[in-house]
Amino acid sequence: MHWWLPTAASTFAGPIDGLFLAILIITGIALVIVEVGLVWFSVKYRARPGRKAFYTHGSTRAEVIWTAIPAVTVVALGLVSNHYWVQIKGRNSVPPNAYAIGVHVKQFEWQITYPGPDGQLGTGDDFTVRNQLHVTVNQPTVVRLTSEDVIHSFFIPQFRLKQDAVPGLTINAWFQATKTGEYEIGCAELCGMGHYKMRARVFVHTPEEFTAWMAQQAAGGSE
Amino acid sequence: MNRRLFSVIGGALLLAVCTPRNDSTARAAAADTVMVEDVQAGATISGKVRFTGTAPRNPSIDMSEEAACKAKYKAPPTEENVVAGAANALANVFVYVKSGVPAGQKFTAPTAAVVLDQDGCRYHPHVLGIMVGQPLEILNTDPVLHNIKAVAKANRPFNVSQPSAGMKTNRTFAAPEVMVNLECNVHGWMKAYLGVRPDPFYAVTGPDGSFSIKGLPPGTYTIEAWHERFGTQTATVTVAGAAPKTQDFTFAAH
Amino acid sequence: MTSVAHAKPGAHDAHHAPMSFWRKYIFSTDHKIIGIQFLFVSLFFLLLGGLLAMQIRWQLGFPGKPMPGGGILPEAMTSGGVILPEYYIQLVTMHGTFMVFFAIMPLLMGVYANFLIPLKIGTHDMAFPRLNMWSFWLAFTAGLIMVAGFFVPDGAARAGWTMYAPLSARPDLSGATYGQLVWCVSIVVLGLSSVLGSVNYITTVINHRAPGMTWFRMPLSVWAIFITAILAVLALPVLQGAAILLLFDQTIGTHFFDPIAGGQALLWQHLFWFFGHPEVYILILPAMGMVSDIIANGSRKPIFGYHSMVFAIVGIAFLGWIVWGHHMFMSGMNPTLGSTFMVSTLLISVPSAIKVFNWLGTMWRGNLKFTVPMLNAVAFVSMFTIGGLSGVFMAATPVDMHIHDTYFIVAHLHYVLFGGSLFALFAAIPYWYPKMFGRMMSEAIGKWHFWLTFITYNLVFFPMHILGMNGEMRRLYDPSQYEFLKPQQGLREFITIAAFSLFAVQFLFLFNFLWSLKRGKKAELNPWQDNGLEWSLPSPAPHGNWDRPPNVYRGPYEFSAPEAGNADFLPQHVKLPTDRDPAAATAPAPAPAH
Repeated sequence: MHWWLPTAASTFAGPIDGLFLAILIITGIALVIVEVGLVWFSVKYRARPGRKAFYTHGSTRAEVIWTAIPAVTVVALGLVSNHYWVQIKGRNSVPPNAYAIGVHVKQFEWQITYPGPDGQLGTGDDFTVRNQLHVTVNQPTVVRLTSEDVIHSFFIPQFRLKQDAVPGLTINAWFQATKTGEYEIGCAELCGMGHYKMRARVFVHTPEEFTAWMAQQAAGGSE
Repeated sequence: MNRRLFSVIGGALLLAVCTPRNDSTARAAAADTVMVEDVQAGATISGKVRFTGTAPRNPSIDMSEEAACKAKYKAPPTEENVVAGAANALANVFVYVKSGVPAGQKFTAPTAAVVLDQDGCRYHPHVLGIMVGQPLEILNTDPVLHNIKAVAKANRPFNVSQPSAGMKTNRTFAAPEVMVNLECNVHGWMKAYLGVRPDPFYAVTGPDGSFSIKGLPPGTYTIEAWHERFGTQTATVTVAGAAPKTQDFTFAAH
Repeated sequence: MTSVAHAKPGAHDAHHAPMSFWRKYIFSTDHKIIGIQFLFVSLFFLLLGGLLAMQIRWQLGFPGKPMPGGGILPEAMTSGGVILPEYYIQLVTMHGTFMVFFAIMPLLMGVYANFLIPLKIGTHDMAFPRLNMWSFWLAFTAGLIMVAGFFVPDGAARAGWTMYAPLSARPDLSGATYGQLVWCVSIVVLGLSSVLGSVNYITTVINHRAPGMTWFRMPLSVWAIFITAILAVLALPVLQGAAILLLFDQTIGTHFFDPIAGGQALLWQHLFWFFGHPEVYILILPAMGMVSDIIANGSRKPIFGYHSMVFAIVGIAFLGWIVWGHHMFMSGMNPTLGSTFMVSTLLISVPSAIKVFNWLGTMWRGNLKFTVPMLNAVAFVSMFTIGGLSGVFMAATPVDMHIHDTYFIVAHLHYVLFGGSLFALFAAIPYWYPKMFGRMMSEAIGKWHFWLTFITYNLVFFPMHILGMNGEMRRLYDPSQYEFLKPQQGLREFITIAAFSLFAVQFLFLFNFLWSLKRGKKAELNPWQDNGLEWSLPSPAPHGNWDRPPNVYRGPYEFSAPEAGNADFLPQHVKLPTDRDPAAATAPAPAPAH
C-alpha cells in the first residue's frame, strides 16, 4: 500500500513531484491556520453566562493582508507551474530527436505502431502490437496519439504523463523514461463499458534490449 | 406427398393471415405449421467448398496481455480468417438457401438454444447459423471480461458485457440477416459471424469443407456460399422428390 | 424598551376565499409552499443519489461479489446479483446527475431562494408567483424523466454526468440506445425550470425590497442567492443548447460532436464546462451565504467584513466565467490555454480564502452558541477549506497531469459538495425549519447526526486523496485489473464500509426531519434570536407574509450592538427612538396575486 506518489520513472517526475510537495506545504500551512483557528476559537470563545461578544464589523487592514498574501502566493505558484507546463506540454516542447511511436486508441485496446528497424514511422517496415509499449531508457520518446472512436486518455502514473486521445486529432505526448522496468498504461477517460479493462504494459529497455526486441519483432513476431 | 404439400401451403397461408407476427408460440399451436421434424423428409443438397491458390497466412494472436487466455494454449493461437483443411478444403463457409423456398411457408424455430462460447479469448464456433426467433446463448468460459457487440442492420444491435466466467446471456433475432457480425472490443481479434435465417436450410462447413442442407421440398433454389475473406458465390439447384443433389463451390484465394 | 412595531401578519389571509387543498398545497403559488415542495422532492433525490452511491461503493469494495438485494435488479444490470460493467457506469453517471441537478441545486435554490427571499427582504411573495409554480413543476417533471432513464430499453445514460461526446452521441459505442437521449431531454426541461426560477429571484430582489432594505443591508444569504440566480440564468441555457445539439447528434444524424463528418469532440467539453464551472459556483455560493447568516447568529457578532464578503461573492461569480478550461487541461486543447486558465483558476482561490478568513474573524471574540445549525456551519468552513485547498493542486497544470481524472478529483469535489454544500444544508434545514413548519427539529438527534456524519464522512473521502495520488483513475468498474492499483484494494474496502456507515447515519436526519413535522417542539417566533425580517413573523409564516411590508432600520448582523441594550441581538425591523422611518420602497409592493 503506497502512501505517497508512485515510483518516479521519467524526467517529468522531478518537477511535478517537487511542485506537488511545494503546494502541499503551502496549503498545509493554510489548512493548519484555519483548522487550528476554528478549533481554538470554538473552545476559547464558547458562550458562557455573563460574556458578551466583541461588537465589530471588521478590519480593512485584515482584509488587505489576507487578500494580498494569498494573491501573491498563487501568482508565484502560477509562474513556477507555467515554467514547467511549457517545458512539458508546450507547442515546441517535443525534443527534436524524440523516437516516434504511433498509438491508436480504440474501445478497448491500445494499438501501438513501431517504426521498425529503419526508425521511421510511416514506412513499410512498421508493425503494430496490441497493448505493449516498448521504449528505451533515457531516450526522448514521442507518442502520436489518435483515437478510433471516442475520447480515451493515455496515462502512465510512474511517468506522471497523461494526455487525452481525441477522435479527429493527432496529439503528440512526449516523455523520457529514466528507469528500466515494467510499468502500466491506464485509460483515464471514461470510454464505455470496457474502460476499466484498457490496460497496457510499458517496457523500458536498455538500448541493447530494445534493439534485440525490435529485431525479434521484425523477424515475425514474439511469444 | 401432394396432399401433404397442399395442407402445408394451405396451413401456412392460414397462419400468415391469422397469426400475429413474431409469435412463435402461436405458430407452434397451429396444427398445419411445418414442424422441423417434417423437414427431414425432403431432399438434401450437399457438397464441398474448396479454394484454389495458396491460402494466406493467418496472423498469430499475441495474448500476452491476457494471461488467463494465453495459458489455455500450448502453441500460439492464430486468427481464423482462412481455415483450410486437407486438399484446400475451406472451413467456416456459411452455405444457405438464399431463395426458392415457397413464399408463405413458416418454420418453427427450435426452442433449443444455439450456444456461442467464449473460451481462450476466442469464439466457438467462429461461424454459425441460427433461425429467426431461436435463442442464442452466449456463454463466457473465460475468467476475464468479454463484451459481445452485435453489429446488425436488419436486427437490433446490442452490446453487453460478461465480466466473469460462467455468465450467460440470451438473445434472439427477429429478422433474417446474413451476416450479423459479433466482436469483442476488449480482445480485438475476437470475431464471429452469425447467419440468421427464417428456415432451417443452412449449414456451416467443417474442416473437410463439406456441407449438407436437408429437408428441401421439390423446387428450384438459389444456394449461396459466404466466406469472410473470399466473399460469396451462388448456384442454382433444382431438387425433385427425395433424390439428393450435389453442389460444390470453389473460391479463388486472395 | 424598544417598540416592536411591525405590520400585522396574517391579515392577508382574510382577503380571499378559502382555497382547496389542491390550490393551497399542490398547485400553490405561495413561495413558501413551493420552497417546501422543492424540499421534499429534493430530499427524495438526495436519498436516491445516495442509494446509487452505495451500489458504486459495493462494487469498489467487493468487486465481482453479488450485492445484497442485487437479485431484484434486471439481467441487464446485474448477473446473479453481481453488478455488470455497463450498469456500473450508469450508476456513476446517474449518481452525479441526480446529486448535482436534482438534489444540491434545487435544495439550495429551489428551496432557499424561494423560501427566504421574500421573507428576508420584506415582501409578500415573488414578483411572478405563477411562474414560480411552473418552475417547480418543470423541475419535478425533469426529475421523473431522468428516473425513467433506468427503465428504457438498454438502460440509463452512462457517459458520466459530464456526458463527453462522442461517447454520449453514439449509442452504438455506448450501448445506451435511449438512455442518453432521456438525459438530454430531462436536462433541457430542468434548465427551463432554473431559468424561470432565477428570473423570479432576480426581479424580486431588485424591485421588491421593503422600505429601508438597501442593497448593503441585505443578508449575505440573499446576496449569495441573488448572484447565483444571475449565474443560473446565463449558464443553464448554454447547457440546454449543448444538450439539444447532442440530442440532434443522437437522433437526426447531425455530427456536431463527431469528427466522422466534420464535428469536433472538444466542442462538447467547451460548451459543457462553460456552463459547468459557473454551475459549481451555483452549488456553493448560496451555501456560503446561508452559512454567513448562521455563523453570525451563532457567534452573536456581526459578520466580519460584510462588504468584503459581498465583493468576494461577486468576484467568485465573475471569475467563475473564465476558469472553465481547467477541466480541460489534458483534453488536447491548445497548451497556451492551459497557461491562461491556470492563472484565472489560481486567482479564484483568493476570494474564497477571503471568505474563510472572514468567517474566522466572525467567530473571533464572539460568544459562540453551538446549536446544531452552528455546528454544521462551522464544519462547512472546515471542510470547504480542505476542498478548496485541494483545488490548488489541480490548478497547477503540471500536477494536474498526474491527478486529472483520478480519485484526487473525486475527493476534491466531494469535499466542496458534501463537506461544503451538504453540511451547509444540514445547518440551514434545522435553522429555517421552525419558520417552515412551526416546530423545532430535535437538537439531541441533530447533534448525534452531526458528529457521526462528520466522522464517517471524513473517513470516506479523505483517503480518496491517497488513492488519487497513486494514480487511481475515475469510473473504473474494477481497479484491481491494474497491478499498480491492486495494493489499494484494502483502502477501497475501508472506504466502502465507512460509506455504508455514513449512509446509515443519514436516517437519523431523515427521521428527525419527518418526526419533528408532527412531534417537534412547537416553535416560538424567533427561536434563534436572529435579526432577519422572517423572525418577526409567526412560525410557520402565514400566507402573504405581512399585511404591509415592514420598515428596515439597519443591517442584518447587529448582534451585541450597544444599542441593543441587554439583548445580544437587534432585529432589522425594530425601530429605536433614534431611528428615522425610511423612504418609500423602490417600487410599491404588489398586491398579492392569485
